[in-house]
Amino acid sequence: MNTVQLALKNILKNPLNLLMSTILFGLGVGLITFLLLLNDQLKDKFDKNLAGIDLVVGAKGSPLQMILCNMYHIDNPTGNIPIQYALPLLREGHPLIKMAVPLSLGDNYKSYRIVGTNHDFLGLYQGQIRSGKLWKNDLEVTIGNAVAEETGLKLGDTFESAHGLSMDDHVHEGHAFVVTGILEGTGSVLDQLILTNTASIWKVHDHEDEEHEHDEDEHHEHHDHDDAHQHDNSKADLAHHPENEITSVLIQFKNKTNFQALNFGRNINENTEMQAASPAIEINRLYNMIGIGTDVLKGLAILIATVSGLFIFILLLKSMRERRYELAIMRVLGAGRMKLFTLIITEGMILALLGYLTGMILGHAGMELVSKFLKDDFRYVFTGLHWMTEEVFILIIAVVLGLIAAFIPAIQAAKTDLNTTLSKK
Amino acid sequence: MIQTKDLTYRYSGEETITFPDIYCDSKEILLVLGASGVGKTTLLHLLGGILRIQKGSILIDGADFKSFSDTQTDHFRGKHIGIVFQQNHFVKSLTSLENVMLAQQLAGHNTDKKRAQALLDRLNIGDKSSKYTNDLSQGEKQRVAIARALINKPKIILADELTSALDDMNCNEVLNLLQEQAHEADSALIVVTHDTRLKEKINRKIILER
Repeated sequence: MNTVQLALKNILKNPLNLLMSTILFGLGVGLITFLLLLNDQLKDKFDKNLAGIDLVVGAKGSPLQMILCNMYHIDNPTGNIPIQYALPLLREGHPLIKMAVPLSLGDNYKSYRIVGTNHDFLGLYQGQIRSGKLWKNDLEVTIGNAVAEETGLKLGDTFESAHGLSMDDHVHEGHAFVVTGILEGTGSVLDQLILTNTASIWKVHDHEDEEHEHDEDEHHEHHDHDDAHQHDNSKADLAHHPENEITSVLIQFKNKTNFQALNFGRNINENTEMQAASPAIEINRLYNMIGIGTDVLKGLAILIATVSGLFIFILLLKSMRERRYELAIMRVLGAGRMKLFTLIITEGMILALLGYLTGMILGHAGMELVSKFLKDDFRYVFTGLHWMTEEVFILIIAVVLGLIAAFIPAIQAAKTDLNTTLSKK
Repeated sequence: MIQTKDLTYRYSGEETITFPDIYCDSKEILLVLGASGVGKTTLLHLLGGILRIQKGSILIDGADFKSFSDTQTDHFRGKHIGIVFQQNHFVKSLTSLENVMLAQQLAGHNTDKKRAQALLDRLNIGDKSSKYTNDLSQGEKQRVAIARALINKPKIILADELTSALDDMNCNEVLNLLQEQAHEADSALIVVTHDTRLKEKINRKIILER
């Protein structure tokens, strides 16, 4: 029987203490792991979906909301902007802009957002068609990989959209979208979007407005107009409808560090009816806001871990006192002081490692559980089966904590005085 | 096998205890008799290397304790000295058999389960080998302690108040068992006690007096 086996038997002899220290230590480690997992994946999602976009231009309002809405598709638009305002950004050959992609939002199908845009949008996320073809005519849609999987929509299927970002809202009847293509999975927000041309969004909404106005003549006229002119996806096409609205324009600069590019957003904010916001800055702001919350939780987790370390310390000290006779007898039987020291240290380490393992399981299981909720709420896919190098650091910290907690009891064990201990009756 | 010379011990603030010279060869039995408080346990702890020698010397098989470090003493004791205490303690998380095997392991020997079990059988507690020592009676515990003291075939076996708590019948049986096993292991056996019943049963005796 070696030291580890003996330490294990000693620990198992006291299952309640074992349970308590494992739960405490596990909670601390679990909470830290969970926070790191969430943070890591959240950052990953945000970073992946930055998609090289330098500036988002939309209606005035909260810049963070605009970014969350137009890039991450987890919030409502700040409003719409008339195309004539955005035309300067959309024109070909702009000296600063490499790419400008117009977005029109407002509808969803089963809470998957419908985005009216052109084919440049795919380029932002390296999207590729898997089956069928890209949207071309009005009311044709190409759907993301996750949309296809979750809703079961197939090529040729038709559906009617609902207003807003959640499926409870009012359904637009009368205009059915038809699925003409399905995209490859990219791991980005693209997977959760339904793409169509800008005009389709207008079409659905114009129809709605007219229904409300009960203006038969105008209704008729619009239909004539729509039928007479088939929309292609070009920006030039948008220019034909300066009075219509889009939600935003996503912009990539030719040169991000160009002085003019740096001032571009501010110029828009100061001199136009539109608002420009930099995703990098806004997301950083968001991190900082969330950061306060996670800092508090992290502090709590560290507190729990410290208390559990203290608990292990007291546990070992107590059991050391209770076992002073058997420690003395072990020395009588030939175990040197070093052996007793090692035994207690080993017990502390085993407790810490068991706590660490429990924490890992708790953290990852918790993440897996929460990812289900996150998926339902945000359509973003998180997973508990995500591993990080930080977990190795946590392991090292756990082991060190176990060592520290066991150190004083181990020293005391090594100091056991044979004569006085064994002379006691 | 064991030889002491001019052994004295003084606890701080108390009078010096002077011990008579003791000699015991292998296969021999020596009875050390004395009333309470004359230093019986002190002598036993000195002989067993549990208490450091202040004055005088103890030679065990030619080796002198005095020159040993704590750890060397622990190792020497584990290998060559078996002790049965008045109050025997065990590792509570281990069974009787495992406690006996622990003595083998801590002495640096390979554990030999068969031998440990055979020894417990010989001491008539073979059926208790898988029990935890907390679940044993005092008498059973003592036998496990005897097995533990014997397992490494030590040069010397020290027994403290071996029979004080036992009735006449058990007294005889335990003494006989220990004698027999000590003889078989070529050990020198020193029994320290105030139990005068043993006077007639053991020939060589030393009486401790103040």
